[in-house]
Amino acid sequence: MSFEVVLVGLAGVLTAAAPIIFAVIGETVSERAGVTNLSMNGKILLSAMGGFAVALATNSLLLGFLAGAAIGGLVALLLAFASITLRQSQVAVGFVLTLLCRDLSYFLGNPIMGATAPRLSNLPVPGLREVPVLGVLLFRQDLMTYLSFVLIVAAWLYIFRTRPGLMLRGIGERPAAAYVRGANVNRLRYLYTIAGGAIAGLAGPVYSLSVKAGWKGTISGLDGIGWIALAITIFGGWNPFRAALGAYLFALLQWLGLVLQPALPGVPSQVLQVAPFPLMILTLLFVNIGNAEWVERSLSRLPEPIRRRVARALRALNATPPAALGTPFEKE
Amino acid sequence: MADPRGLPRASSALLQLAAIVLAVLLTTLVLLAAHAPPVAAYLNIVLGAVGSWNVAANVLVSWVPLLLATSGLLVTFTAGLWNIGIEGQITLGAVFTTWVLRGLQGSSVDPGLAIVLSIAAGIAGGALWALLAGALKTFGGVNEIFGGLGLNFVASALNLWLIFGPWKRPGVASMSGTVPFVKELWLPTLSAQSRLAPAAVAIALAAVAIVYVLLQGTHFGLRLKAVGKNPSSAYLLGVPTWQHMMISFALCGVCAGLAGAVQVTAVYHRLIPSISSGYGYLGLMVGMLSGYRAALAALVALFFAALNVGSIQLPIVLKQDSSLAGVLQGTLVLFVLLAQGVRQRLARERTARRRPS
Repeated sequence: MSFEVVLVGLAGVLTAAAPIIFAVIGETVSERAGVTNLSMNGKILLSAMGGFAVALATNSLLLGFLAGAAIGGLVALLLAFASITLRQSQVAVGFVLTLLCRDLSYFLGNPIMGATAPRLSNLPVPGLREVPVLGVLLFRQDLMTYLSFVLIVAAWLYIFRTRPGLMLRGIGERPAAAYVRGANVNRLRYLYTIAGGAIAGLAGPVYSLSVKAGWKGTISGLDGIGWIALAITIFGGWNPFRAALGAYLFALLQWLGLVLQPALPGVPSQVLQVAPFPLMILTLLFVNIGNAEWVERSLSRLPEPIRRRVARALRALNATPPAALGTPFEKE
Repeated sequence: MADPRGLPRASSALLQLAAIVLAVLLTTLVLLAAHAPPVAAYLNIVLGAVGSWNVAANVLVSWVPLLLATSGLLVTFTAGLWNIGIEGQITLGAVFTTWVLRGLQGSSVDPGLAIVLSIAAGIAGGALWALLAGALKTFGGVNEIFGGLGLNFVASALNLWLIFGPWKRPGVASMSGTVPFVKELWLPTLSAQSRLAPAAVAIALAAVAIVYVLLQGTHFGLRLKAVGKNPSSAYLLGVPTWQHMMISFALCGVCAGLAGAVQVTAVYHRLIPSISSGYGYLGLMVGMLSGYRAALAALVALFFAALNVGSIQLPIVLKQDSSLAGVLQGTLVLFVLLAQGVRQRLARERTARRRPS
């Protein structure tokens, strides 16, 4: 395989990861505020179908993407109402929403199956497109892929370098302390859940109007991606950069699966497509295992130099969720 | 009688009713949005579920795996666990069952014994997969939702690999699954045309009855509830917490494995790609809708099975997708959860009014 082909392939990996980036960053924002939005899998399907339907009807890509964001925000609003105002389990409501959105997308999307809607085209950046290597890799992408790059940096800056970002972390870590400092915890949680839902809702139309253009119902190949995005959020340790790394690794693995297919004729394509999933469990295991008590105990039995190295490796991989994730806030 | 700090029973019932009415209303709106005649759609579902002996039997065929999955999930729910990995546990049950049947087919083993052995293998497969999710949670700190989901994908990959690889049909492998077993290895059905195996119904009913007794009438069930309500205080009170969680995973895996075994031996007579058919996820919904009560769960599972079977008619008669059943099921569970939230909120406000702070 020539260098040029690999480069184009890697550029494709960045494009394929863009929708996952939107999903993962959206979820990261929501979970930073203390709300797990488990509806991701269905939300991506519904916003993919909805965004596609709107783009088809209006012949406007912009309206298609906005529709996706609106659907994501609306689903998140429902979850926020049920979990913040009515204090129902976030997991329960999120799970119901994920199945409900999936079936809604299949039912409502039935008449537009296989239709042709406008498709996002590439938008090479003048000048930069000619830069060797990086030009092909980064600057001949489409608008949403550029936006995904910007989003990673913007989300990181917002969460870790601004005052409202500090408050966002506060309501997810120690809501009582944030409340004392004058934050309206529940209102902010509503806000960030809806904002995160809207960002994640963009993932759908990025699929149906670009990466996997079209709506093909159950064979759209989108069922399952939302669950992966939720796992990547954990892998990402609620940090946009690390989350983006997870999304790119996932897209890279899927691409490798496709590329390696001819070399492995005995392995059916369906198996290679799911190959990233067992790896996902393994990474989750490594990310979490440092939190387990028995690891600490068995580590202490290892000789000191090895112990220190293993402990450091585990700490580097380890991710601790926002302390108040999943718990309702009640002012005393 | 009303809960002393809750709402009068009448208003609770009214809220439940409102939830159901709203769910049907919303589903009707969805139908109208899809330009489908709502009355005709509902009528088709009803007729598709109870219109003939044949379809009614199909409802029972679909009830069996759903009831088995739900029974298992009641155990994990009681322990405070979200066993989303149940889909993979059903799949592994089916894989292990197929494995044993393939080995015994054509051997001198009595067909009846072969079926029993294969079902036992299915149980082992489901339990193994569930224990894996449990071990990831207890020893690896991996949340059971994500460990389970990952294992679901691994299970379906394993299933596909077997169907397209080592166990493929002679000639060309296909999505239609492995070669069907010889008739002697089918779980006996009511008649030659029917897919309803009385033994399968008996197994499912036995499972839900055992789970009911286990959770309501035994010391183990009580301890499991303690673990589910508050693991750390249960631990302080001397309940071995992680052991109880593992046992509840294993029990759920047993039920899930049984569901997979039934799908292979009684329904499909072979291994197919989507062998778990979403019964695991649907079982989670049944559990939530029934408030985790076994007797009610059996009825809700029957109703959901009827919706699933009834909606098969929709694409044929009305050119609408059969996922309408899922829409109705989803809105029902959603509104019942919301109603429960409203009820609790009202109750909280009543208490707050009585004790002004």
